[in-house]
Amino acid sequence: MTAGVMSTSPETVIEVDGLRKVYGATVAVDEVSFEVRRGEVFGVIGPNGAGKTTTVECVSGLRVPDAGALRVLGLDPRGDRAHHVRDRVGVQLQQSAVPARLKVREVLWLYASFYENPADPDALLRTLGLMEKRETPYRKLSGGQKQRLSIALALIGNPQIAVLDELTTGLDPQARQETWSLIEAVRDRGVTVLLVTHFMDEAERLCDRLALIDEGRVVAHGTPAEVAERAGGGKRVRFRPSGPFDDALLTALPQVSTVARHGSRVSVTGREDLVNALILTLDRAGIAAHDVELETPGLEDAFIALTRHRASTTSNAEG
Amino acid sequence: MQLSLRERVPVDRIASGREALGEAVPRRALRRLIVTEARLAVREPAGLVWGIGLPVLLLVIFGNIPKFNLPTDKFGGERPLDIYLPILCAMVLSMLGLFSIPGPLATYREQGVLRRMATTPVSPAAVLAAQLVVNLMLAAIALGLILVIGTTAFGLSAPQQPFGFLLALALTAVALFGLGLWVAAVATTGRAAQAIAGAFFFPLEFLAGLWVPRQIMPAGLRDVSDYTPLGSAVQALQDSMSGTFPSARALLVLVAYAAAFGYGAVRMFSWE
Repeated sequence: MTAGVMSTSPETVIEVDGLRKVYGATVAVDEVSFEVRRGEVFGVIGPNGAGKTTTVECVSGLRVPDAGALRVLGLDPRGDRAHHVRDRVGVQLQQSAVPARLKVREVLWLYASFYENPADPDALLRTLGLMEKRETPYRKLSGGQKQRLSIALALIGNPQIAVLDELTTGLDPQARQETWSLIEAVRDRGVTVLLVTHFMDEAERLCDRLALIDEGRVVAHGTPAEVAERAGGGKRVRFRPSGPFDDALLTALPQVSTVARHGSRVSVTGREDLVNALILTLDRAGIAAHDVELETPGLEDAFIALTRHRASTTSNAEG
Repeated sequence: MQLSLRERVPVDRIASGREALGEAVPRRALRRLIVTEARLAVREPAGLVWGIGLPVLLLVIFGNIPKFNLPTDKFGGERPLDIYLPILCAMVLSMLGLFSIPGPLATYREQGVLRRMATTPVSPAAVLAAQLVVNLMLAAIALGLILVIGTTAFGLSAPQQPFGFLLALALTAVALFGLGLWVAAVATTGRAAQAIAGAFFFPLEFLAGLWVPRQIMPAGLRDVSDYTPLGSAVQALQDSMSGTFPSARALLVLVAYAAAFGYGAVRMFSWE
């Protein structure tokens, strides 16, 4: 490919530049670019079918990109030295499994034999709380236990990078919390994590930086706070007005972007300096704002704002 | 969306698999894969039951039927038991090829076992290799049992052309295991693999002479049998038993099937 053209700084462990992947007539991934730095948890987030999995499958060397450049630990994941990449990158993918009748211990010892410098299987089982399931066949594990075994398999090779795809889908809230703690523990061991998820609370809690992908393209990129900021950003104020007023009173303000009413409460979004202008304007109109709540819109809001076009045909009525 | 699309494995992936099998796969990985597949063969004993149990059981039953121990003119003065020994040997290899190889492999692909393997330094091709090794071991056990039981308990004579016999067995194994890999390549699920294998099984065994030995088949049917994998296998094995080196035609038919199924399997096999 274009070996030597891209400069790999020591900090960067994954470089994706202009990635494109087409299935038949469907463009799954188009012009996706991002960089992952050593030691961070990097999120690839977006709605279902956005192209997240295709992106990490290309990074993992499972698929051949149609265009673009990929460097993982400075190497082409499908080049001559691809097995070096696979030796140092642990991957947990959706829809992957191990033979149903194999026991947990046997699976881990088998996978340990694939790597040059594997982790101690028993230590890993202890860390992941699977020690008492050592002799249990894979098919008899619960969903959460299968996920934990899957994480164990992604870590058995002592990887520098772990790719974790939709880890918590289908898990109950407690198992999700436990899985999140595990990912933090993995990061604390110095492993760089490439995390794929469509749960924004998960991304907000775990990711140092992320790329928000929609319909195969990166629509926002940065820390969770930066991405939230990019998507309208600013502040949201909720309050209960002391009397009726016309929305136009507020939408006329340059600081205000949206006004919505929920029963007796009004929700206004806008720039950082929204609050003062809002209170002053209402006061001049003889309206007092009660029970004022101020919040910074989160990733969830950014997600909805940036991927809104999907629902735009149905929600046109709201403006 | 991205996962429902089944991507045929590009040729370069198979090539890199071959490279990985050659040098990058640590010996211990291949050894452990073979041990693992052997364990699974015991836990899911289709190969043991159909590939070893049934042919050996048939040998013991046939050997205890008095008529099977009497030489008949129909078979040129040979005993029916002599005629059936090669048929049972061919049956072992077809049972393993059809019921022990494709089912597990198609299930592995269906469940994502091969996908999971593809993310490790070891290519999923190593799983195929381990499968084949384990089935060769099962074949060796079954064929060994049949020959030992046949010669010691039922007075069968050892093959007069041992080299021809081994060559015919080896080519039959390659052809039938190749058929198994091809079935695993075209079947999308483990169940589909079983169904396709079942559709192959009865015609193959019939033309091998399991119900009507080739010696008493109508001429037209025997001509067809000559060009089937098991028909030519049985002919080559029977010739070797009675002291004639297998005919070039029989061996070439086996080679042709081995090449065709092998090529089809390699072309069509996908890891997902």
